[in-house]
Amino acid sequence: MKHTISVLLQNKPGVLSRVTGLFSGRGFNIESLSVAQTLEPDVSCLTLVTSGEDTIIEQITKQLHKLIDIIKVTDMCEHDNVEREMALIRVKAEAHTRAEVLRIVDIFRGKVIDVGPKSYVVEITGKASKLQAVIDILRPIGIQEIVRSGTIAMTRAHKS
Amino acid sequence: MKLTGAQAFLKCLEEHGVDLIFGYPGGALIDVYDELMKNDNIHHVLTRHEQAAVHAADAYGRIKGSVGVALVTSGPGATNAVTGIASAYLDSIPLVVFTGQVPTKLIGNDAFQEVDIVGITRPITKHNYLVKDAEELIPIIREAFHLANTGRPGPVLVDLPKDVLATRITYPELKPISMRTYKPTYEPHPGQIEKACQAMLKAKKPVIYAGGGVILSDSNEELTELARKLNIPVTMTLMGLGGFPGTDPLSMGMLGMHGTYFANMAVANCDLLIAVGARFDDRVTGRVDAFAPHAQIIHIDIDPSSISKNVRVDIPIVADCKHALDAINAWFGRSKEFNVEECVEKNRPWHEQIREWKNKHPLGYIEETDIIKPQFVIQKLHELTGGDAIITTEVGQHQMWTAQFYHFNKPRQWATSGGLGVMGYGFPAAIGAQMAAPDKVVIDIAGDGSIQMNIQELATCRQEKLPVKVAILNNGYLGMVRQWQELFYNKQYSSTVMEVAPDFVKVAEAYGAVGLRALKPSDVEPVIKEALKTKNTVFMDFVIAREEGVYPMVPAGKATTEMLLV
Repeated sequence: MKHTISVLLQNKPGVLSRVTGLFSGRGFNIESLSVAQTLEPDVSCLTLVTSGEDTIIEQITKQLHKLIDIIKVTDMCEHDNVEREMALIRVKAEAHTRAEVLRIVDIFRGKVIDVGPKSYVVEITGKASKLQAVIDILRPIGIQEIVRSGTIAMTRAHKS
Repeated sequence: MKLTGAQAFLKCLEEHGVDLIFGYPGGALIDVYDELMKNDNIHHVLTRHEQAAVHAADAYGRIKGSVGVALVTSGPGATNAVTGIASAYLDSIPLVVFTGQVPTKLIGNDAFQEVDIVGITRPITKHNYLVKDAEELIPIIREAFHLANTGRPGPVLVDLPKDVLATRITYPELKPISMRTYKPTYEPHPGQIEKACQAMLKAKKPVIYAGGGVILSDSNEELTELARKLNIPVTMTLMGLGGFPGTDPLSMGMLGMHGTYFANMAVANCDLLIAVGARFDDRVTGRVDAFAPHAQIIHIDIDPSSISKNVRVDIPIVADCKHALDAINAWFGRSKEFNVEECVEKNRPWHEQIREWKNKHPLGYIEETDIIKPQFVIQKLHELTGGDAIITTEVGQHQMWTAQFYHFNKPRQWATSGGLGVMGYGFPAAIGAQMAAPDKVVIDIAGDGSIQMNIQELATCRQEKLPVKVAILNNGYLGMVRQWQELFYNKQYSSTVMEVAPDFVKVAEAYGAVGLRALKPSDVEPVIKEALKTKNTVFMDFVIAREEGVYPMVPAGKATTEMLLV
């Protein structure tokens, strides 16, 4: 089963390498990873997606906890949460397909953020499944390049 | 007053009570070595190899119960230390290793003798640091000592660039260390203690399985109190030897691959397994699904990641072993449900069963009159030292025979590379042990293969005038691998025959030490007696039966009940 794990860690050189080294050293795979500063400049938030049986995920979270530079580890699957990914897609956009691309981007609430003579760069955010749907629909038109971010996630506000 | 980084470094070591360090100089550390010449409070032991410096510091810490310190230079000095660091990591030994580094401006430029030692040792240290700012030097060293010796202990590495050691800094005042991200759990959860005690009350076939955590947390007395109070038989891991008296009637000796028949049978048939400071290593469990299959398992460990890592645990207790055992003993002290006589009576059939197993296959060997049996040498060493010597070993058959036949009654009497299994550990470890306990007899029990891994440390022994004894069980083979080849590879002794070997007596003499040789069983006692009364370093070369094996033996991947007993 896929797990999204959110990790708060010290914003210092080498810390990311400790996390990734922990995964590679134990033969666990990281499917996606994203990391950036939080409200506190010396603290970063790292979100990673991995998969495995419950026992493996338990080991992963315990081993992450054990790293000296790690402040907090949260398995987002144990919480109601929102997840987002972003994709930048360079898609062919010639005279006869431009309208079609714009329509698709609009349906998926995306944005065209760069316009060239023969292509658009489209920005799409959402869950991984939504991004995949956009890619599948744009592919017949002609995708030239894709860059995807890792997943980021946040727990939902507790609603009483 | 401003101090150079090197002066501040030594002042900080003194602040942590360090009066002895093991090391090897080099260009990157020349400022520190220059200051060491002027320092009367810290003695530096010059080993002949950096790996030996780390092993010696490791054993010094183990025997003394403090943090060992090693100091090695950049590049090859640092990489030579890696095996020692990895060994300490796998055995959870508190150690601080300082490595020299090229000046900060050159880091990353492939400078002469530069390696990314922080990167190299990341997976084999509890934590490591590169000091890039001289002002951070002292806070980092303080944190390093704190981390090495608290929670689950382990080695911490601090990489010291040459310019940091030359920069003048103001020595910061000492403040309590508070780390946002590091707060080990020492106290057990009362609810889990209650559950564990109730399980112990109900159990009819309990076994205590004690590991190195008992030694590291100094909880041997609490463990002994619990075992005796509840009349529970105790088996120990290689690292746990001495955590419970080996000659106590409740002791079943070691379990696992070369454990006793009765310890392995008891674990396989128990209804409650109380694991204390042990990590369910594969050398202990054998086939995991057949390990303690009928037992409820209680696991006390300070490291949460050890719980349920290899074996499913029913009652986890994350705490320092001493605190947890104290809480358990206190629970039984105030429990109205607990009655000593009832408990002894309830466990009586279980003890009878264990006795039966013990009588059926006791630990032993076939004696011979004309060839020295290695087990006989260990028994004689035990007898003639009164079981009171500090023993170190290398890795291999001699290590297992020592674990089986030298019955350790006290903690911190035994230093061996358990987790990593380093050939070459025992001799430098004996140096560290002898410096930690100058009045004790210290014996490295070695194989003829292993002793050649760090034999150059004879020079260190002589320079420090250490009366370390080395008992070489010389069978002309890399014995443990040869045993596997004999049993599982149709006696194809590929590269395990030591066709050329030195004359160990002459090697010892070449360094100004004493060399003795025993060729027949009647030589063994006189040689040991002669060695024990000699104040110099001694090599005892015991020429033993060539193809003796270590038994019992659980073949790798088999259940611990599937023992070879010959």
